[in-house]
Amino acid sequence: MNNGFFNMPSDLQHSYLGLIGLHLQEALLPVAIGLLLSLPIAQLCVRFKWLYPPVLWATTVLYAIPSLAFFVVLIDYTGQTKTTVVIPLSLYSLVVLVPAIVDGVRSVSPETHAAAVAMGIGPVRRYLQVELPIAVPAIFAGLRVATVSSISLVSVGALIGNQGALGNLLQDAMTFHRPIYAVSSVVTTAVLAILADTALVLVRVALTPWLPKSGRRALRGRDRANGDAGADRGAGKGPATGEPLDGGTTDVRPTAGSTL
Amino acid sequence: MIGALISIEAVSKRYPDGTVAVDGLSLEVPDRSITVLVGPSGCGKTTTLRMINRMIELTGGRILIDGEDIQHKPVNALRRSMGYVIQNAGLFQHRTIADNIGTVPRMLGWSKAKARERSMELMERVGLDTSMAKRYPYQLSGGQQQRVGVARALAADPPVLLMDEPFSAVDPVVRRGLQEELLRIQEELGKTIVFVTHDIDEAIRVGDMIAVLRTGGRLAQYAPPDQLLSTPADAAVEDFLGADRGIRGLSFFGTDALTVDPGGIVASDATAQQVSSRATEGLGHLLVVGVDGRPLGWADAARLRESGAAAAGPKGGPAQLLPHGQAFRHGEDSLRVALDCAVLSPTGWAVAVDGEGRAVGVVSQEQIAAAIRAAHSQRGTAPVDVGAAR
Ligand SMILES: Nc1ncnc2c1ncn2[C@@H]1O[C@H](COP(=O)(O)OP(=O)(O)O)[C@@H](O)[C@H]1O
Ligand SMILES: [Mg+2]
Repeated sequence: MNNGFFNMPSDLQHSYLGLIGLHLQEALLPVAIGLLLSLPIAQLCVRFKWLYPPVLWATTVLYAIPSLAFFVVLIDYTGQTKTTVVIPLSLYSLVVLVPAIVDGVRSVSPETHAAAVAMGIGPVRRYLQVELPIAVPAIFAGLRVATVSSISLVSVGALIGNQGALGNLLQDAMTFHRPIYAVSSVVTTAVLAILADTALVLVRVALTPWLPKSGRRALRGRDRANGDAGADRGAGKGPATGEPLDGGTTDVRPTAGSTL
Repeated sequence: MIGALISIEAVSKRYPDGTVAVDGLSLEVPDRSITVLVGPSGCGKTTTLRMINRMIELTGGRILIDGEDIQHKPVNALRRSMGYVIQNAGLFQHRTIADNIGTVPRMLGWSKAKARERSMELMERVGLDTSMAKRYPYQLSGGQQQRVGVARALAADPPVLLMDEPFSAVDPVVRRGLQEELLRIQEELGKTIVFVTHDIDEAIRVGDMIAVLRTGGRLAQYAPPDQLLSTPADAAVEDFLGADRGIRGLSFFGTDALTVDPGGIVASDATAQQVSSRATEGLGHLLVVGVDGRPLGWADAARLRESGAAAAGPKGGPAQLLPHGQAFRHGEDSLRVALDCAVLSPTGWAVAVDGEGRAVGVVSQEQIAAAIRAAHSQRGTAPVDVGAAR
């Protein structure tokens, strides 16, 4: 194809693959940073219950701040760089990741928790060897949402020049009256999102051989194992989506909208 | 070692919200035996149990293990010296069965191979097929998970086992099996077991000693099960024991002293003449037995004396025999089983058999009642063999 789908306008200073690379960097780095921030924050929220509501509130407020507002403030310090895009995207990911991890850690049944304490497993070991592994399905459910939304949000980088990666193609489509650029941008972004999501599901499956294979049995197993923790999760959050690769468990899907 | 292993001395627990869950509880838990804490929901059983491994810190009194105050031991080491089994097992869902069982051994620094070997050994001990070693908890039934829970608690061979309503969440048939398995394991291992339940029948079945608690964590009575059933301390305990405690107490009396009458038995090929010499006072029937000595059923005595047993036996058609129903093993089963057999028998007489199932005699409800009275009047002079009555 020589019609512009793969041939990038020269003002972007990137090849098609180069744009993809930049896009993935700007999308995935924030999720990684978000995860690193969320783990200790979530742990604190589990430890000190009173902390959770204000933390949730704070992440929601951050999520509500338009990225443009962030850019206006950040651009004085970090300039028209990747960093200026990565910082708000990292903060946005918290709104999904913190509750996902908190729910995941809380999904450890009281019996399992009691058994671990009774076996003389100290708090650190308990967190690393019991709570975190059991939270993996919930954490990955959160990671999937955060990743997909981050991939779509990168485009806002176009607001500060050449930092929108595939998003800049949308601008160029208008500037150069080449709708094909817009098609290329949207289709490529969508494909990236689907691929990243699939990759996460595959990693999750590899990490959790202990999950029941079929979704139905998974739900029943969770009900038995977790008492009302499962019911808690169902309320107030989006419905779990049953996908073939995912066990149908612990899908934490807050309605993630674009804050463009 | 002999003597008290766990001494609970005037222990109290007041929760931060002011709830007094346990109030001045004193108990000597004997070594190598099963002590049951029983009482209504909320009476402080779990709290008491968890104070022993310091999952809950006591607020008054002290607990000694082998004479040593538990407050003076490092808490995680203390906990690892006690197995803990709970309702719903609380298995680590992300670990295989073998890894679940091997958790404490691995923490104690055992090699992977040694821990694995130990897991296999324990799976066999608790009646699990070792082919399940690589499975995950979700692939097991509730009863199997509970067995894994017991195996996991036993893994590092702790001297003490704490069990909090371990079998409450499984159905009655499975529960019965688990209780028997526990008694068998205990016979082999001789742990000091503190067992919590709200089910008085379970308490009587598994307990060597039973502590009945009342709301507020006060001790109502502490006694062996037979004594508890025969002499409840007060009306509240009596009420808790239920209406048929007299009958249930018979589980603790053996049938060795019960005289059974072999005169009520005839062979299925006996002639009329042979039958006429057989008779049991007060019994209008005779028990017909096959060539192997096993009971076939009851036949009308007068008819047998006319025509011989053959007519009533298999050749004459089993329709003429009344079913003999359940038989009790003479000298092995308890008076409770014997009485039950007599109550269920169409003739009102119970059939006694030997270990091979051969009929050795018959006994009436009245004779069993007399044996019960004799056993009761003997109580206190002769020690009751609790183990044999189970
Ligand atoms: N953490 C706690 N804080 C306050 N009260 C508690 C706590 N845990 C238990 N209790 C209260 O202590 C009493 C005894 O509880 P528990 O030992 O669990 O009873 P059981 O195991 O016999 O059902 C109950 O009244 C219960 O409500
Ligand atoms: Mg309890």
